[in-house]
This record gives sequence, C-alpha cells and structure tokens, in this order.
Amino acid sequence: MQTVKTYFFPDMGVMLGRSLRHVSRSLDTIITVTIMPIAMMLLFVYVLGGAIHTGTDHYVDYLLPGILLIAIANSAGYVSYRLFTDVQRGIFERFNSMPIARSAALWGHVLTSLVSNAMSLVVIILVALLMGFRSPAGVLNWLAIAGILALFTMMLTWIAAIPGLSAKTVDGAGVIAYPIHFLPLISSAFVPTDTMPAAVRAFAEHQPVTPIVETIRALMFNQPVGKEIWVAMAWCVAITIWAYIFAMRVYNKRG
Amino acid sequence: MSQVKMAISVKGLTKSYKKLPVLTGVDFEVRAGSIFALLGTNGAGKTTIVKILSTLLKPDSGTAIVNGFNVALQPAHVRESISLTGQFAAVDEILTGRENMIMIARLRHLQEPGLIADDLLERFGLKEAANRRASTYSGGMRRRLDIAMSLVGHSRLVFLDEPTTGLDPEGRIEVWNVIRELADSGITVFLTTQYLDEAEQLADSIAILHQGKIITTGTLAELKALFPPAQVEYIEKQPSLEDIFLAITGTKTM
Ligand SMILES: Nc1ncnc2c1ncn2[C@@H]1O[C@H](COP(=O)(O)OP(=O)(O)OP(=O)(O)O)[C@@H](O)[C@H]1O
Ligand SMILES: [Mg+2]
Repeated sequence: MQTVKTYFFPDMGVMLGRSLRHVSRSLDTIITVTIMPIAMMLLFVYVLGGAIHTGTDHYVDYLLPGILLIAIANSAGYVSYRLFTDVQRGIFERFNSMPIARSAALWGHVLTSLVSNAMSLVVIILVALLMGFRSPAGVLNWLAIAGILALFTMMLTWIAAIPGLSAKTVDGAGVIAYPIHFLPLISSAFVPTDTMPAAVRAFAEHQPVTPIVETIRALMFNQPVGKEIWVAMAWCVAITIWAYIFAMRVYNKRG
Repeated sequence: MSQVKMAISVKGLTKSYKKLPVLTGVDFEVRAGSIFALLGTNGAGKTTIVKILSTLLKPDSGTAIVNGFNVALQPAHVRESISLTGQFAAVDEILTGRENMIMIARLRHLQEPGLIADDLLERFGLKEAANRRASTYSGGMRRRLDIAMSLVGHSRLVFLDEPTTGLDPEGRIEVWNVIRELADSGITVFLTTQYLDEAEQLADSIAILHQGKIITTGTLAELKALFPPAQVEYIEKQPSLEDIFLAITGTKTM
C-alpha cells in the first residue's frame, strides 16, 4: 500500500507563521503579556519597594525572575483563547480534512507561544536594565536561564491547550488562566517566603515557581544553585508530558 | 471493476451521538464526475454524513469508500483526494483573504501559492477585498472566500455542506456557476442543501435523507416518476421536487 507523504516541518512552519500573525495583530495580547509585567515591576520597585525587605540593595534584581514568570503565566490564557477560536471557527476541522500532519496545528500554537514569550521577555529585561538591573553572570548561566524559562513556557502552554481544545464557551477556555496567574504571586517572586504565614509558606515553598525563581536568581548572580531545582525541573517535565498527552487526546477526539 | 466508476460508495453507515441515533443504515453511491445532492430537513444528519466521508468523524458501523479509499482505514489518502467546505465558513478572520488562500496553498504544498491565491480570489469576486482582513467581510464574501479556499489544489471530489445558505440570489447563482464549472472539469461534487430548487437546478442525482436512512435516490426524472402522475382536474401541474419531497417524507400536506 502506498503511503502519503507528510510534511511535518513545512506544515508547522505555515502554522507558526499564521499564529505569529495573530499575536502581532492583537494589540491587547502584547499589552497584557509585556506591558502589564513591566507596570508591575515599576510599581513594586518605585512604589512598594522601599517597604519590602529582601536582603538585596537592588529590589529590581530580586524581582526580575518573578516578573519574567508572571509574563509567561499571563500569556497562557491567550493560548487557550487562540485554540478555542480555532475549534469554534471550524479552522481545525478544515485543517483536519486536509492532507497535513495532524499535530502541526497544535505545535504551531506552542511554538508561537515560545517565540512571543521570548520577545516579551527580552523587552522586559531591557526595561529592567534601564531600571538599574545588572547581572554579572556569563553566557552559560543565561543559556541555562533561557532553558528553564522555555521549559516553564512549554509546561504552561500545554496545560492551557487542554481547556482551549475542550471548552464549550470562551469563559470555559479562559478558566485555567486564573490559577496560573496566581502561581507566581504566591511564591518567593516578590518577598522571601519566611515572612509568610505557615500555611501560605508551605504552599509557596512546595510549588514549582519558588525553586524556579530561586534558581534563576542564583544563576543571574553567579551563586550556587540548590538541588531543589532538579526536583522542580523533573516536575515541569512530567507535567509537560502529561499535559501534552492529554491535550493530544482531546485534540484527536475532536475529530 | 464496474463500468461506471464510483467516487463514493457507502454501505450500512450508522452513527449515534451518545444515545441519539442519527444515521441508522445509510446506503448510496455517487458516480465520479457527477453532481450529487443530499437533501434533508434540519437535523436529518447531512453534516454528519459529510463529516464521516471527510474523515472528521468515525462511523459506528458500515463502510464508506471515497475515491477508492476506505475512510476508516486510509484516512490520509482520502484527505489527499478531497476538499471540504463545511456548513459554517471556516476562514481565519485575523488574516486577509489573500493570506488565507496562500496559507491553504502552502499547506497543500503547491508551487506559487501567491498566483493560485490571486487567480481564485479574482474568480470569486474578491480581488478588491483581497488585502482586507476576513473579519471585515460580509457573510456572503466570507462564504465565497471559504469556498475558494476549498478549491485550492487538485481535489477529485469536493464536499459542499449547504454552500449557498445565507447568500443573496446573485451570490447563489455565482456559486451554482462554480459548481457547474467544477463538474465540467470532471470533479465530483457532493452537495447538501435545504433548497430543493438548488438540487433541481444542479444535481445529476439526488438522495433524500430522512429518519436516519436514504429513503430515495435517483435522477430528478426518476424521482418525478415516483410521484403520482399529474392529474387533470382544474389545472395540470407538474410536481416540483418540493412536492415530491413533501409527499415522500409526509411532513406536510398541501
Ligand atoms: N457533536 C454532536 N453531539 C451531539 N449531537 C449532535 C452533534 N452533532 C450533531 N448532533 C445531532 O445530530 C443530528 C444531526 O445533525 P447534523 O448536523 O448532521 O444535521 P444536518 O442534517 O446537517 O442539519 P442542518 O440542516 O441543520 O445542518 C441533530 O439532531 C444534531 O442535534
Ligand atoms: Mg448541517
């Protein structure tokens, strides 16, 4: 039996181009994902910073890792939203009735999420530099930071894909955005965890954002990286794989 | 091999959504190169049949052969040989009309996607609007873009699920002309419609789907022969397809 040639990478390239156009044409996405974290950074450094004691001279240095994670978390809701509209508008049905690599459409959205997050993170880091952020770390450390951020993005993107593909209403699609937004807030992103009440502290110290924030901070300032990061990374990888399998199953069941 | 080549042949197709049986044993055949119209009231299961034949939905039982490929066993081959215009326009509203066309041409791995796009856009009267976002299109323009997107490439069989619903009379006639052109160039057209006159105008053969089964198939002439001959009472009246449809399904009396 002859087989049909598939073009996974070219197809995914088309999908990536398409959804990058979506991102660049919806101004509200760019504002929420880039401007909002910058505004938070300004607020915390210049308004609240004086009252927060973190043990560093430059609060912006302490804050930046958490701000980066917040930007990524903010973008997750848009992944759900974009997938939801594709399902609703029948775009996926059109793609699925065509001879294209089936998962290319989903991977296109995931890559878009990575690319658009990379761009907004660069902008945020530039603003932080203007605000006095300085990092003595070398290229290797920054590559490690980029890797961690990419993995975190992948994890949230695949999680966000699940409600996007299965929701019946727009509100349903966006529902995952709320808990994801809160994760970075209840962590050591803004203040050290030892000032928190016991219950909150227990949560903050045992969710993946805290070790990720701590590790990025350590890498940025050439300090030793604790071993919790491996546990956090293992969790991220496991959750990503689980979410990927689950999202694919929902996607394939859709027809 | 039979003398007449079949583009579609369906046997004993059944499909239920949860507990709701929609198709309860559908059989029909579509000759290659012909225009086939599937008629049925709202909720009869027309879209369900289209989705099964275009590999979007799996039937519960029965077989469906499309262009010689089994939809359940060789979906990739089926997809390569068909194109689908679903019931609701599936266009990317954030992209322009031209970008939509180019995207589909790229996904079909065709050379010169830009030329293909311009050519089809012109044919569907969308040249002026080509560089506007599809979200600014009227319903009719969107539908025309949708159909144009489906005609990118070299499909031997085109599914059109209610292609003229929501179009103005002019738009309808345009789409009818496109359908005739497709058939003239040897492409098989599978059409669903609510409009009986549409089937009457276009179709080489017609099937009526009612309560999960195809209750009649045939050419318009054959269907007309099923109807009691015109009676000479006060005036002589040839039965229209509408009369036949209503008489067979018994939904309404005149
Ligand atoms: N995903 C679904 N889940 C549950 N029921 C469904 C689903 N899709 C369709 N149905 C039901 O199946 C029946 C047939 O639907 P279908 O869309 O095939 O009809 P149709 O002939 O295309 O109707 P219309 O002329 O309104 O487009 C309807 O009763 C519909 O409510
Ligand atoms: Mg329908």
